[in-house]
Amino acid sequence: MKLPIPNFLKRYWQLLSRPAAIALWLILAFGFTAGIVFWGGFNTLMEASNTEAFCTGCHEMKDNVFEEMKTTIHYSNRSGVRASCPDCHVPHEWTHKIVRKVQASKEVWGKLTGYIDTRAKFLEHRKNMAEREWARMKANDSRECRNCHNFDYMDFSVQSKRAAQMHSTALASGKMTCIDCHKGIAHHLPDMSGVANW
Amino acid sequence: MKLCHLKRWFLFALTAVVLCHYLLPQFAIAAGNDKPVESLRGPAPLSEEKKAPALKKFPKERELLDLNYVGQPPLIPHSIRGYKITANDNRCLHCHSWDNAISSGATRIGISHFRDRDGRVLADVSPSRYFCTQCHVPQINAKPLVPNTFEPVESLKTP
Repeated sequence: MKLPIPNFLKRYWQLLSRPAAIALWLILAFGFTAGIVFWGGFNTLMEASNTEAFCTGCHEMKDNVFEEMKTTIHYSNRSGVRASCPDCHVPHEWTHKIVRKVQASKEVWGKLTGYIDTRAKFLEHRKNMAEREWARMKANDSRECRNCHNFDYMDFSVQSKRAAQMHSTALASGKMTCIDCHKGIAHHLPDMSGVANW
Repeated sequence: MKLCHLKRWFLFALTAVVLCHYLLPQFAIAAGNDKPVESLRGPAPLSEEKKAPALKKFPKERELLDLNYVGQPPLIPHSIRGYKITANDNRCLHCHSWDNAISSGATRIGISHFRDRDGRVLADVSPSRYFCTQCHVPQINAKPLVPNTFEPVESLKTP
């Protein structure tokens, strides 16, 4: 025995299975606009979190590492070309940037729980944090340094003798990378006992 | 002499002393302003702030500088901008320590730097010698502020 299907249900099914032609375009248009809004918004937010103003919005960064950086050549120099926090600490390439941003969510937790909210706590953890950053740069062959400092265009003849000697051997062969020697160029160093090659 | 005369004389003397005390230095300053005091900062009136001389630049790298007397701490023949000497790290020793001097081609620190103030020999740089720039300084080609006729001893003179 067949159960009679109410008429209004039949009509509703027809509406769903054979929608009006305009609906398809409406859905497309809505999806397209929403895509622009969400994607644009996402990237805008990410770029906003990629500025020095954002980084130094917390006193942890402003009073410790940013203050230390101000006397270095990466902040103040003769030509005025300078690096800001994300130039060195956030990859520029999109994929790597997203990976780093996801890792940084742990740093948000650190901020909320006050991991380094006093100078004493900061000094206590400085070595641990520095070592993590050195390991990151060692692993990616100092990619963030190389965004500006391109080995192919280094003129050894205008470098100091010692620099030219190291760059033409250890760096050229790929045996060592920038961060192996250039630690503490933008921030103060922690206790360096036990650090390899130091 | 009557007492009232004595009193008058006393008042007069007192007024004169007070006037001299306050006015004479003023005259002296006014006279001094005409002929400025000559000092190391040049003939500029004390009330004026002289323009600071231009900063001099340390050369990035240069030939070794001659010693002027026996026992003189050798001068630094290169720029040391940004070199930090802290309890955590000593930038100079990256090249000048005995471990690194040969590979870097830098001058090794003196053997005396391994002795503490009581003459005991230590395994590493003595803390009293750790702050290199207390004795060793880079040089710029600046005119001496005070004339100097010092001559190095014969043995230190370069031919």
